[in-house]
Amino acid sequence: MPTVSMAQALNTALRDALRDDERVLVFGEDVGPLGGVFRITDGLTRDFGEERCFDTPLAESGIVGLAVGMAMGGFRPVVEMQFDAFAYPAFEQIASHVAKLRNRTRGRLALPMVIRVPYAGGIGGVEHHCDSSEAYYAHTPGLKVVTPATPEDAYWLLRDAIADPDPVVFLEPKKLYWAKAEAALERRAAAPFGRAVVRRPGRDATLVAYGPSVPVALEAASAAAEDGLDLEVVDLRTIVPFDDETVAASVRRTGRCVVVQEAQGFAGVGAEIAARVQERCFHSLAAPVLRVAGFDIPYPPPKLEHVHLPGVDRILDAVDRLQFDDRPDVRHLSRGAA
Amino acid sequence: MSTKTSAKAVRELLPSPAPIRFVDESGTAVKAPAGYAIPPDELLREAYRWMVVGRRFDTQATALTKQGRLAVYPSSRGQEACQVGGVLALRERDWLFPTYRDSVALVARGLDPVEVLTLLRGDWHCGYDPAATRVAPQCTPLATQVLHATGMAEALRRKGEDGVAMAFVGDGGTSEGDFHEALNFAAVLKAPVVFFVQNNKYAISVPLAKQSAAPALAYKGVGYGVPAEQVDGNDLVAVLSVLGAAVEHARSGRGPFLVEAHTYRMDAHTNADDAGRYRDDDEVRRWAGADPVRRLETYLRGRGLLTDDDVESARTQGETFAAGLRARMNADTEPDLLEIFDHVYAEPTPQLLEQREQLRAELNAQES
Repeated sequence: MPTVSMAQALNTALRDALRDDERVLVFGEDVGPLGGVFRITDGLTRDFGEERCFDTPLAESGIVGLAVGMAMGGFRPVVEMQFDAFAYPAFEQIASHVAKLRNRTRGRLALPMVIRVPYAGGIGGVEHHCDSSEAYYAHTPGLKVVTPATPEDAYWLLRDAIADPDPVVFLEPKKLYWAKAEAALERRAAAPFGRAVVRRPGRDATLVAYGPSVPVALEAASAAAEDGLDLEVVDLRTIVPFDDETVAASVRRTGRCVVVQEAQGFAGVGAEIAARVQERCFHSLAAPVLRVAGFDIPYPPPKLEHVHLPGVDRILDAVDRLQFDDRPDVRHLSRGAA
Repeated sequence: MSTKTSAKAVRELLPSPAPIRFVDESGTAVKAPAGYAIPPDELLREAYRWMVVGRRFDTQATALTKQGRLAVYPSSRGQEACQVGGVLALRERDWLFPTYRDSVALVARGLDPVEVLTLLRGDWHCGYDPAATRVAPQCTPLATQVLHATGMAEALRRKGEDGVAMAFVGDGGTSEGDFHEALNFAAVLKAPVVFFVQNNKYAISVPLAKQSAAPALAYKGVGYGVPAEQVDGNDLVAVLSVLGAAVEHARSGRGPFLVEAHTYRMDAHTNADDAGRYRDDDEVRRWAGADPVRRLETYLRGRGLLTDDDVESARTQGETFAAGLRARMNADTEPDLLEIFDHVYAEPTPQLLEQREQLRAELNAQES
């Protein structure tokens, strides 16, 4: 298997989609000859022509609104928001139209389009160049929300997103763009769209993570293993649709759960996951579901980012609080049995 | 590098300093404006019939709000020349992107009036089939649809279809960012789209003077490289002529065109609004004197294109139309409540299927 970076895998996915489906178009700010500020669209204008991959005026609402009309007209636009925190001018188009058009037309109009967003932190971006914005999108019915953690998933989930009949917000963890891994891009081994996967099996507790927090969770699991704790890591891959089945099955096996996200914790995706886990797995849980998240502060600048983003230590501290030493009082259970 | 722009290039983008007009308030033909042609007789007669029917539809819809049959209705009474002229300037293969105030235009496009009123009746979807009718859902978030029209126009251009998209927008909508982004994108892409501003002088309660300091809204085109025109929006002959030229401009590959029509919203913003709080009766009376339906009728009679029989026939058609609408709107319909889960995605997620079952159980429990 070849070793590729996530950036290369995404570029290949866009190339293959442009090659296989003439309805696919790539557009946004600087995605043409420059290849995007992160070079994800590198060479696409050169190889597919300006008709298929083109620069637009600098206006995010305009880009998404144009894509809505073009998708209504039979195309499959794949648009790029240059940075997560630059995408907000498009939010009205996304929340009022992208997410709702199928519903507003009783299923008569679909919007097969992808909004690619370089996402989350870890690259030392100055103010307004990093944000963890997944909750805004995941909270909006009608959108599918994806964030890959590996180059292989980046390729296949982007191909899936482009082929999907519904609009997809595709969150690309910026700090993983240059991380390389072996990836099967020719024949699919990746799990289907909508399914979470167990990245590392373990018996003692489940770490639920997505996108940029997956490698951190895996690192924490390796560190815990040295202390004799066997942690399972579940990678959500798609936040919406949410794979309750895989997450609940893992927690039922391990009995303990920590949810890991980069985003600020309050009203975040992790809170939703924690609630869903305890609603489904209450009798399998030996400890409360804990969240490890960023702090509830505006996204911090590069010099302070390292204290905000959850690292291995913060995850291990949470694992320590999973009450492994507790001897539960289970007398009420025996009373119930009698 | 030269940054000089030729004065001629700028002039070609500018609207005429006064609104284009063929017929004055009394229904008398004025000196024909240069560069515009009077539309064909049969089209003018058709426009008259639709304006009469459209006005009757509009007053009927307002009446239906009072009977509790419509949740709300934003009237376009007084704007019939724009509503009908906009639609008649389009061909069947063209796309229309209307706002919530453009129900009369949709009726003139031939859509089923009950389907048109679905949203205003309080349902969750637009009622009609946008793909079959080439009419986008009536849009509430202001000016957002102007970008969709631009995208659709670009799609039509790329597919080599000879189609045009027309976006309706109001004077208030021209203050929204999406309006400006749409003009800019359309000009850069040379998309075949016509931006049709119905300047009815009020954005709910806010008068035009507080909305914009532009000499006229049509001047918003030049900054984007979009040619523009302004027209007397209560003169159907002028509206149809100018919009016809704008559509032809777009269809022939010369890019977008902006038209501002000066008209007036005779009724309040909706039946729930009280226009007496922000405008006086004298102003409304003055505009009643510029009524577009009567103006066209007088003009067509003067040219011998309309007889008493024609006028009576249009009136009867309007009454029949309103009676049919009344009867159908008075019939209670039972929406399929479980359908609210069916069109969120192409396939409902497992979570939506669970919620669907939950609602089904709640409804069953209520019935038993």
